[in-house]
Amino acid sequence: MKSAVIVFPGINRERDMARALRLASGREPAMVWHADTALPAGTDLVVIPGGFSYGDYLRCGAIAARAPVMDAVRAFAGKGGLVLAICNGFQIACEAGLLPGVLMRNAQLRFICREVYLRVERSDTPFTRGYNAGQVICVPVAHGEGNYIADGETIARLEGQGRVLFRYSSPDGIIDPNWNHNGAMNGIAGIINERGNVLGMMPHPENQVEASLGKTDGRGLFAGLVDHFELAA
Amino acid sequence: MKARVTVTLKSGILDPQGKAIEGALRSLGVAGVASVRQGKVFDIEIEGADRGGAEAALKNAAEKLLANTVIENYRIEVT
Repeated sequence: MKSAVIVFPGINRERDMARALRLASGREPAMVWHADTALPAGTDLVVIPGGFSYGDYLRCGAIAARAPVMDAVRAFAGKGGLVLAICNGFQIACEAGLLPGVLMRNAQLRFICREVYLRVERSDTPFTRGYNAGQVICVPVAHGEGNYIADGETIARLEGQGRVLFRYSSPDGIIDPNWNHNGAMNGIAGIINERGNVLGMMPHPENQVEASLGKTDGRGLFAGLVDHFELAA
Repeated sequence: MKARVTVTLKSGILDPQGKAIEGALRSLGVAGVASVRQGKVFDIEIEGADRGGAEAALKNAAEKLLANTVIENYRIEVT
């Protein structure tokens, strides 16, 4: 699996992401600068990592979404290429029109940095094939603007088409406002686009892959992607 | 030419920041505040004197960057 990690000024999770990709795939990802206009040839997976691109100026991800490299990412996604957008990356993907809706300020206004529980809603996607449907995983979040908002029609379509891949839940997989730390509609933590090739999620699976640091719940996402490309080859 | 673009949240979009400001005003004893919603103001200097061109450029700016039209409205004033 050849991956490319996009780096904007202010992104800070690109090295954690590169490490997780290297551990899973055995291959060092390409680091692509925001001013580049092309992705490396043969890229299988594009990753937009987390951080505070452009200082979150104007709106989170607003300026990064309009950077030159995003034209190449949009074209790549348009041809069915897989895109994994994490945290600030999710915000960038929404601003870039790759995913619907918007990530707004956490409902209780605080930056939340802790582990949360996610219910994996489906396992029949390249992103979640490393998990079982209904499985609960524990993954860290670190965000002030993770409150996923979309109009009623969009939410209905997302739910109806099964495009919510991860939902904030209790440790037992119950969806409950008490376990929704940021107020996101329907507890939405991660969604895919209509074609199913772009995933945006607020939590950081790349920071939950090493046994020496605690849990390894995030490995399934990366292992699943590696499997997907191995079988496709 | 001077212009001002004001960006505000669409009605129905939750504004927790506005609510926090509302609460703070109340704590400060500012009477009679029913609600507060927070927006943004961009003061922009446009080169030249073509008013129509300026309005078109500002609309483009607002649609493409200054406002996220999923959740925000904008108003353009050219002086």
